[in-house]
Order: sequence, then structure tokens, then C-alpha cells
Amino acid sequence: MPDSSTPIHLAVALDGAGWHPAAWREADARPAELFEANYWADLVAHAERGLLDFVTIEDSLGLQSDEPFAPDDRTDRVRGRLDAVLVAARIAPRTSGIGLVPTAAVTQTEPFHVSKSIATLDYVSTGRAGVRVQVSARYDVADHFGRRTLPRLSPAAIADPAAQHQISEYFAEAADYVEVLRRLWDSWEDDAEIRDVATGRFIDRDKLHYIDFEGRWFSVKGPSITPRPPQGQPVVAALGHGTAAYQLIASSADVGFVTPRDADEASDIAVEIGALQRGAGRGSDPVHVFGDVVVFLDDDATDAQARRNRLDELAGAEYHSDAAIFAGTPEELADVLQEWHAAGLTGFRLRLATLPHDLLQITEGLVPELRRRGLFRTAYDATTLRGLLGLSRPANRYALA
Amino acid sequence: MSKPIKQIHLAAHFPGVNNTTVWSDPAAGSHIEFSSFAQFAETAERGKFDFLFLAEGLRLREQNGHIYDLDVVGRPDTFTILAALAAVTDRLGLTGTINSTFNEPYEVARQFASLDHLSGGRAAWNVVTSWDAFTGENFRRGGFLAEDQRYERARTFLQTANELFDSWCGDEIVADKDSGVFLSTPHAGEFGHQDAHFDIHGRFNVPRSPQGRPVIFQAGDSDQGRDFAAASADAIFSRHSTLGAGQAFYEDVKGRLARYGRRRDELLILPAASFVIGDTDAEAEDLAREVRLAQVSPQTAIKFLEQLWNRDLSDHDPDGPLPSVDPIVGENTISRGRASVRMFKDPIAIANDWRSKAEAENLTSRELIIEVLGRQSFVGSPQTVAATINDFVQADASDGFILVPHITPGGLDPFVDQVVPLLQERGVFRAEYSGTTLRDHLGLGPLPKSSGHRGSRSATGVAS
Repeated sequence: MPDSSTPIHLAVALDGAGWHPAAWREADARPAELFEANYWADLVAHAERGLLDFVTIEDSLGLQSDEPFAPDDRTDRVRGRLDAVLVAARIAPRTSGIGLVPTAAVTQTEPFHVSKSIATLDYVSTGRAGVRVQVSARYDVADHFGRRTLPRLSPAAIADPAAQHQISEYFAEAADYVEVLRRLWDSWEDDAEIRDVATGRFIDRDKLHYIDFEGRWFSVKGPSITPRPPQGQPVVAALGHGTAAYQLIASSADVGFVTPRDADEASDIAVEIGALQRGAGRGSDPVHVFGDVVVFLDDDATDAQARRNRLDELAGAEYHSDAAIFAGTPEELADVLQEWHAAGLTGFRLRLATLPHDLLQITEGLVPELRRRGLFRTAYDATTLRGLLGLSRPANRYALA
Repeated sequence: MSKPIKQIHLAAHFPGVNNTTVWSDPAAGSHIEFSSFAQFAETAERGKFDFLFLAEGLRLREQNGHIYDLDVVGRPDTFTILAALAAVTDRLGLTGTINSTFNEPYEVARQFASLDHLSGGRAAWNVVTSWDAFTGENFRRGGFLAEDQRYERARTFLQTANELFDSWCGDEIVADKDSGVFLSTPHAGEFGHQDAHFDIHGRFNVPRSPQGRPVIFQAGDSDQGRDFAAASADAIFSRHSTLGAGQAFYEDVKGRLARYGRRRDELLILPAASFVIGDTDAEAEDLAREVRLAQVSPQTAIKFLEQLWNRDLSDHDPDGPLPSVDPIVGENTISRGRASVRMFKDPIAIANDWRSKAEAENLTSRELIIEVLGRQSFVGSPQTVAATINDFVQADASDGFILVPHITPGGLDPFVDQVVPLLQERGVFRAEYSGTTLRDHLGLGPLPKSSGHRGSRSATGVAS
């Protein structure tokens, strides 16, 4: 648990034109460019100038929807997404310090493919890759694959035992998935490539390992086709709202994104994840717990609130989120973050209500304010994302000590 | 009647995980660091090449029950490396091999559509099939596909992916801030497809990309493979790099196009070709001999023999005659994850051919392997190589070549620096890119306009 003087880690969550459904209608929004590389490159360059730890990029294997578990047919919201891993890869060679954490859906995809794509993202970013693993419980997304039929969940019946059981099954599958990712990343020892001309051997095959994973949802033989990435293990992140997801964070992730409403809740969640971590035998592993907050930031608090109201009016409904919503000044936000940080969160993932406005408020307002308080870096002091997060390069589970 | 002079198409194959690549050369760099890929791509773009080509394999090869360790081992994820290369190049096409057996259409289509957006219209897909349970052990479904189903699955996979690409026409995104209309229709991306391999429906979530869909490559050489290409590919990555075989293949495949209602210029034939360049032809020949020896080490020669003989020959002397025992006929169990062993249709006959050749020319086992498997396509001075390549193309043995250098990442430089200018002087290769997309470079016209999502037409969208 951090004390109140440890630096705060900061990430921003990028999604389309911003997280508010009417963000794309703002004067500075670029809604016609959402599917172009330069749009994303510009945003990440801003974030990097602010020395943020990393950006996350949202993704899904279906169109966005205002319904949590079903598609909609709205035409007044941003719809359509590029593959987040490929967006991150496209940005990587043009950045040098910031971490890149795309979302990867795990319920429909192959762990073998995702393992090598994130390893490759780590190569093209020279050690700045992570992945946020995402469970997808939407039946319509399953229908895009036709490989399994998912039961229909409804928000009204989400507390039912059957629904809760189904959700815990999805998270258990995700934990197996992360286990396969990590084993595949370790399936090559760091010094497996030997280029021994005398014997004609390019690799020492004793340093490549079958992972032989067998689980309830899939079996994977290995080894990976991609050598162990620069970080050894890229950073794994997951978002969670309840015990099933906290279990995944505690057993499998390096960073958990959680959604407390206040400092007490932040403290409770951090304690719960810590206990689950010890239960999973990872008590001594550092696991970051980041608070997710949706932010509307302006130099004047009434402007921020007015902007939020104006956007709600454009959207035709008050904006709700699974995460806390903050509208105010960067200084006021710094107060909240500092309080939640003292309550046990190691960092924050700020969901930007509009782009680029709220991103600039963070890099030009929040970051200098946190620096004044001695709570944020003044330079990138590590070359890898693990390094920025204070995580050491993990030993390879297959290497003999 | 004199034929018009054809323009040559050139591509660069990133050196692969096979013995063509000489990793033992002191000049050989990393096969996995991004700097190698970036340098290689930048060289290809400096040479105004049409595209860069990347192969793929989803399980490390094994021989004699062990991971094969004599060639380069290890490579990146195709999509991810191509997306990163889009950041360091402006015009170069980005062609990647993606398997249609161990992937699903929705995911592959959105990755290619994303790559096409992120590269401004430079994406291409080499559609390959595999069927083996060996590769399947790395995937959820395992070895689910019967060998005789693999082309059928590839065909319907591609058809399904094309329906996904076409599920957006390209004009749905209005993004009008004043009226609040983002999409012109709630049906954008609607699709439905049902056949023996795929039963999927819903909405595709990547809007239409600059090229509409990636350029489609096909590499199969079988009768089925040729028909698949004639029906649905924009280019063939072939293996026929000699004049006679090239012309026969070219005529055969181009002759199939009319059956599918296509013109002869709608499918390009691009064989893979290796090259060795010297100041003079004699110097190049010497260099080529050295390269062949490096490509076929004594250990590698034994492994090649084992692949045909289908038995352990680890005690065989590579500098002696060919094995006197006969190959084991039947399923190849000595080598796994290597498509080339399937081309040995009649191992005993091939072994007998090899023995006759070795006896007639007094060749050791290693020398024989070099002779039958290790010949470079183009060897000579820059003038000789440029003239030979041009002769091939003008004689309709190909529409150009996918060049496979043997050194990573610098092996393309001599070609780009010395041969490309000669081709440009002859007026048979571009001095500048005239378009921005890969379709432009390949001279493929724009795609017919998509009729769009199913919601905009009658219910004929469900394919049979």
C-alpha cells in the first residue's frame, strides 16, 4: 500500500472522440478522422509530452452500444473502431517514452495470436507494451464468430445467481487466457538465440519450452513463434467492478482498473484485491490498483460543469458511467486523486470526456499541479513500461536458476 | 504485332525462417528487432518497390522430434509488425500472410481493414491454408480441418471476409456536428453468412478502408490453388522462377481467368526469386557458390536428405554419396510443420533421380542438395540481372518478382542501389510512385462500388 508521498501513476484512456457520447460534436473534436493514424498519433504525442505512464486504447469485437450487454441501432453516437493493438503498433515507432496498452478481447480470440501480437508490440515499442484483457459477455459479439452461443444477460437480472455464475466463468476463462499469454512469453529463454556457426545452430533448443497448457476452455502446446519480448512479460491490465474481476486482477494482472465512488470505497477495493492476491499466492508481487475516473476539466470549475451539462443536452440524456465522474479544475482533481491515493490507490486511469480538450487539461494543468505537490515525475526515468511502473523484469519460469 | 512493353513489379520478401537466409554471415543482423524490419522496409521504399512481403508460420518446425534449430527461428506477429512499418514508410505496400484455418473472418477482416486505414491504403493479404493437427495444437479448435477441406474453407473464408469488407459502402460516416448525425444509417456494417464452415451474422465494426479491402494474394500451386487464385486473387506468389516453367504457369493461370469473368491483367503473377550480384558475372558466380555453401551446411544437407528419405540419417556422411537405403514412403513423420515435404509426391522416384544425377556429375550428398535445392534465381552483374529480369517479364514468364535476399536486413541494398536504376533507365520500372495505394502500384483498378450493408438491399446477402 502506497503512503501519501509516493508518486502517483497516471494513465489516460482513449476512446473515439472521448468518453462522453456527444464528445464528437465539440468544436475541437475531429470525428471524421477517427479512422486515421494521425488522429491517434497526435493524441498519444500529447500524452507523452505530459510524461504519462501509459495510454489505453478501447476496443471491442462489435460496434459500440449504449446497452451494456446488447447492440443498439443509434446513429447519433460514434460507431466503429480500429483494432486497438494495430493502432498501438502504428504509434509505437513514433513515440519513445510512453507505455501503450491496447485492449484485447479474450472471450472470442486465440491466446496464441494475442500473445505474439503483444510480444511484437513490445518489440516495435522497445519495451513499452501492455495489454488490457477484456471479457466480452455480449451475445451479438459471439454471433460475429459463430463458435459459441452466449446467454443473454440483462442489467436488470445481473445480480441473479445464474448471471453471476456466468460472469465468474468468463473471468475464470480470462485468467486461463492470461496464464497462456505469460507462459508463451516465457516459452523462449532470453538467451535462446545462440548463432553458433561451428555447430550450425541458430538457437539452443533446450532453451525453448512447450507450455503444455490444458484447461477447461482451451489447450495450447507452444512454444511461441515469437522470442521473449524486451520486457520479458509485457504489462497485463484488467478492469473490474466486482469480486470475480478482482480475482482476475489479483491472480493474473499487473495493473487493475477499478471504479470506486469515494476514498472509502477506494480503500475497500484496494484491501479486497490485496487479500485476494495473498489468497492467490501473489502476496509479494506488486499489483497496481488504479482508479478509473471520467474527467471534465476546465480552468474554472463552473465552466467544466457547464460543459458537462451542455454535452448532456446534446446527447439527449445525462451521462452515466461505471466510473466516478469528475467535473472541475485540474487543482480540484489533484485534491481528489491525492486523497484516493492516500486511501490505497497507486495510480489513476483518467477517461477523457472529450478530446483533445480534457487531455490538454491533464498534460498542461493536472500534471504540473501534481508536480508542484511532488507527486509526479519530471522526466521519464525508465525506458520500459514495467520500469515506469516500478515493476522489475520478471525471471523466466522455465529458466533453470 | 509487337507487344507493348510491360512495367515490372518488384517486391521484397523479408528473409524467412528457412535456409535461404544466411544468419551465419557477419553482416547478418537481428531477425526480430524492429530496427531490422524498419531498415528493410525503408530500403524497399527507396527502391520504389511495390510492396514488402512477410511470411507466417504458427508452429515452430520440428525434425526428428525436436525443434528445428539450423535455420533462423522466431518471428513477429504479421499484423502488428506491418502496422508498425506503416509508421516508417509512406508508399510501400504491406503484404502479410495470414492463415485461414486458425483464424475467424470477423477478426481477420477487422485487422486488415484497420491496417488498410492505418497505412492509407497499403494493406495486402496472402491467404494461406493449413490443416495439420500439429499446428492446431496451438489453437482452441485443434486440428479440426480435414486436408481435403482446406481450400474450401479458404475459399469461403475469403468470401466471408469480402462480405465483411463490403458491409460498409464508404459513405456512412456523416459526422455532422450540427445535426448530430454520425452515421447515415443504422444498418452500417450489417452482414450475415451461412455455409458449411461459417454461420455468422451481426454488424462489422470497421468502416470501409481506403482500398475497400486488402489486395489479395494466393500462393498455392495445385490445380485447386490455381483456380482459387483465378477466381478471387489479385496476385499470385508463385515458385516458378525459371523461364520455361514460369511461362507455362503464367499461361495456365492467366488462361483460367476468363472462366471467372476476369481480364488477364486483373491477376499478377509474381514468383519468388533470389539473387546474387557481383561487379562482374564471374565475380557473382563465385559469390553465389559461397552463398550456397553457407545456405547448405553439412548439417543442413543431412536434414534435407531426411525430409525426402523420411528417416533418421544423422549418421550419414554429407561428403559421401547419397544414402543407399530407400526413402520410407507414406506420411512424412520425420519433419513436421514444413509444407515443402508434401511436394515429395513419389519419394522413391525422386531419390532415384537424385542418385542418377549425383553419379553422373560425381556429387557428394551435400553437393547434390545444393544442386537440386539451392540454386539462386538471378546471378550476375547488375547489367545481367536487370536484363534477365526484364527478359522474363517481357516474355510473359511473370509480371515481376518478389525478391528474397539472403542477408537480414541489408541484403536488399545491392539490388536497390545497382539493379533498380538500370531498370528505371530502360523505362520498365517506376522512377517515382504515381499513386498512394498498393492497388495503384499494382495497376489494379478501383474495386467496383460495394452495394453495402444488407439493410440497403433485398435479403440476398446471405451467401449460399
